[in-house]
Amino acid sequence: MHRLCAISLLLLWLTPALAVEPDEILSDPGLESRARSLSAGLRCLVCQNQSIDESDAPLARDLRLLIRERLKAGDSDEKVKSYLVSRYGDFVLLKPPLNLKTLLLWVSPFLLLLAGTVFIIWRRPSKPPPLRALTKEEEQRLRDLTRQ
Amino acid sequence: MIAELAHFLLILSFATALFQFAVPLIGAQSGDADLMRAAVPAAFAQFLQIALAFGLLVWLYLVSDFSVVNVAANSHSQKPLLYKITGVWGNHEGSMLLWVLVLSLFGALVARFGTNLPLTLKARVLSIQALIGACFLLFILLVSNPFLRIPNPPVEGNGLNPVLQDPALAIHPPFLYSGYVGLSVAFSFACAALIEGRVDAAWARWVRPWTLAAWMFLTSGIALGSWWAYYELGWGGFWFWDPVENASLMPWLAATALLHSAIVVEKRDALKVWTVLLSILAFSLSLIGTFLVRSGVLTSVHAFAIDPARGIFILIILCALIGGSLVLYAWRAPALKPGGVFSAMSREGALVVNNLLLACCTATVFIGTLYPLVLEAVTGQKISVGAPFYHLTFVPMIVPLLLLLPVGPMLSWKRADVRGAIERLWAAALIAAIAIVLLTALNRRGPWLAPFGIALGLWLMAGSIAELIERTGFAKLSLAASVSRMRRSPRSSLGMSAAHLGLGLMIVGIVAVTSWRQEVILSMQPDDRAAIAGYTVRFAGEVPRTGPNYTAESGRFTVDANGLEVATLVSERRLFQPGGQTTTEAGIKPFLSGDLYIVMGDALPAGGRVVRIYFNPLVSLIWLGAAVMFAGGALSLSDRRFRIGVPLRRPAAAASPAE
Repeated sequence: MHRLCAISLLLLWLTPALAVEPDEILSDPGLESRARSLSAGLRCLVCQNQSIDESDAPLARDLRLLIRERLKAGDSDEKVKSYLVSRYGDFVLLKPPLNLKTLLLWVSPFLLLLAGTVFIIWRRPSKPPPLRALTKEEEQRLRDLTRQ
Repeated sequence: MIAELAHFLLILSFATALFQFAVPLIGAQSGDADLMRAAVPAAFAQFLQIALAFGLLVWLYLVSDFSVVNVAANSHSQKPLLYKITGVWGNHEGSMLLWVLVLSLFGALVARFGTNLPLTLKARVLSIQALIGACFLLFILLVSNPFLRIPNPPVEGNGLNPVLQDPALAIHPPFLYSGYVGLSVAFSFACAALIEGRVDAAWARWVRPWTLAAWMFLTSGIALGSWWAYYELGWGGFWFWDPVENASLMPWLAATALLHSAIVVEKRDALKVWTVLLSILAFSLSLIGTFLVRSGVLTSVHAFAIDPARGIFILIILCALIGGSLVLYAWRAPALKPGGVFSAMSREGALVVNNLLLACCTATVFIGTLYPLVLEAVTGQKISVGAPFYHLTFVPMIVPLLLLLPVGPMLSWKRADVRGAIERLWAAALIAAIAIVLLTALNRRGPWLAPFGIALGLWLMAGSIAELIERTGFAKLSLAASVSRMRRSPRSSLGMSAAHLGLGLMIVGIVAVTSWRQEVILSMQPDDRAAIAGYTVRFAGEVPRTGPNYTAESGRFTVDANGLEVATLVSERRLFQPGGQTTTEAGIKPFLSGDLYIVMGDALPAGGRVVRIYFNPLVSLIWLGAAVMFAGGALSLSDRRFRIGVPLRRPAAAASPAE
């Protein structure tokens, strides 16, 4: 959904809703849209899992202004991100970077799915026993039962 | 005096819980019927004692007795009546008391309606239920007592956080807790079955209605919470992947899996070992959710407690209950006899895939929620796991599940004709395909994935309708014949169709609002206009207004479509007394195509206001979908099969509903 969202940002100039103030908005729509999609992925450090795009905390506003300053100065998206990470650490990224410490976080959901699939296939009871004709005794019992 | 009486009642209920834990269990182990029968009156007594204590706490809030710490800290004499009552559970101590109240209520309901349960099973279930209750009652009495006094009572109380003074949020905790705690019944049944060493179709039939009821409460609790976030937090978001939200999503996913796997146990006597484990895990996730929210290990708007002593206490309860039940499982589960075999291509096979994917979705949310806590504890490094993580992990797992969902109900038990099942879904597939083509054509500039998302929702809706048509023979038989077939078909299968339909509605809503939301942020002077989604919004100006415990600046907006005035919206900035906290009330007008959502922001130095206007297309479908899912659950719960018990005792048990 996030990708979907990001694509809509790029193509439609429609943006998810936010705490952005009118005076923050850049006059260049290209830069503004980059600023918006960047801020959607950055955590408002004093909030709970809210991006700076959504938060109306003063810190979020400062960060939004900072991003726009860096973008106006000609920084690439990656450069802005790494600048913020150097200041605040990985904590500022809502999408944790893939490294040794987060490897388990990223791969374990899929490992579990794989392990579960393997387990089910391995443990699956062998094919249901083939159909066989009733034995003499069984046929007799069936006849007795149906007669009643 | 009243606080002391309530305190005493709580101590009494703790003693009752200990009695209810020990005596019936000893009876069941030694085969003493009298000891086992003691469980029922004990369960009633425990509920009555806690209900009285809770009622007295409500009374203390109503009369604003500020000599009680909890009341003074969380209430105010000028607060509206509704919020005086709901303030009772708007804080840590009160909400824990509500938690044990609901727990003892479920115990009493099992005692009352479980008349068709075998005596030993019932005794053991109520015993386990009482053990959980005793743990949490001890917690309340030792570190979370709502009835403590202040030596020098203040004249006025602190008041309730104004953000929480809201009807939806007022009833959100009772619903959510009923869901969390309702899963305790499945847990108790699982532990009791492990002790007995016996899981069969009858067991699954007893567990399902309780799980279904818990699932319905969780569904509505989560939906209410997200609805509240949507209209109250002021920008129209409805899900944040916040750890506190995840804490409620995990038990919901596990309960959903359990509902499906219990069907296999009931119909085919298979998946027993897994279903018992799932029952234990579902409630364990509820306990973990309670721990996360209540221990203060997370800090968010939802978490009101910050006392670490409580966190450690809950953690001990958590380890004891979860660890104990898992040890019991490891010890006894191998004794459960494996049941019916089935081919991979069958209804059972489909439900196994359902359970695999749902379990992995649950695990993903679990890992995403707890990983940062563990990493910080181990290495001291802080990371954030936000929405982008879940979009890359949770979504790829839930999408295949949704894609396969309509196929499952079309398959027959044991061994199915997959080709036939898929052929019967041609109309649903056609609808989805047309939706992709049409939406892609109409939205050439739009996000290319959005049409696929909408088509997925339509596929679910059309698939569940196709299943209904198939079952009733609507396409083949006369109208009268198919109507009569529909009336005769079990309500649980109608409920299933409704729940799947509701899920489809919800998917359409989520995809539409995430993909096509529109936004205008601007400064407006009175009489200024703004255009959005074919509507013209005019700022008509603002007037001051006085509410029961707040003053507000109330901004009016008129909305025109094609030159006709179609709506007037009011958005307010409220200043609460006491405390001076402010809240923003969004003005929302639901149209058929979506919600117009207006928030009046700060006043500008030069006059006028910052105004945020959003158009959220089809957003109501999210909550409409949840309502349909809830209704599907209710329909299913009313199924006759759940009200009749063991076939042997049918005549005696037919009158007593299992719910």
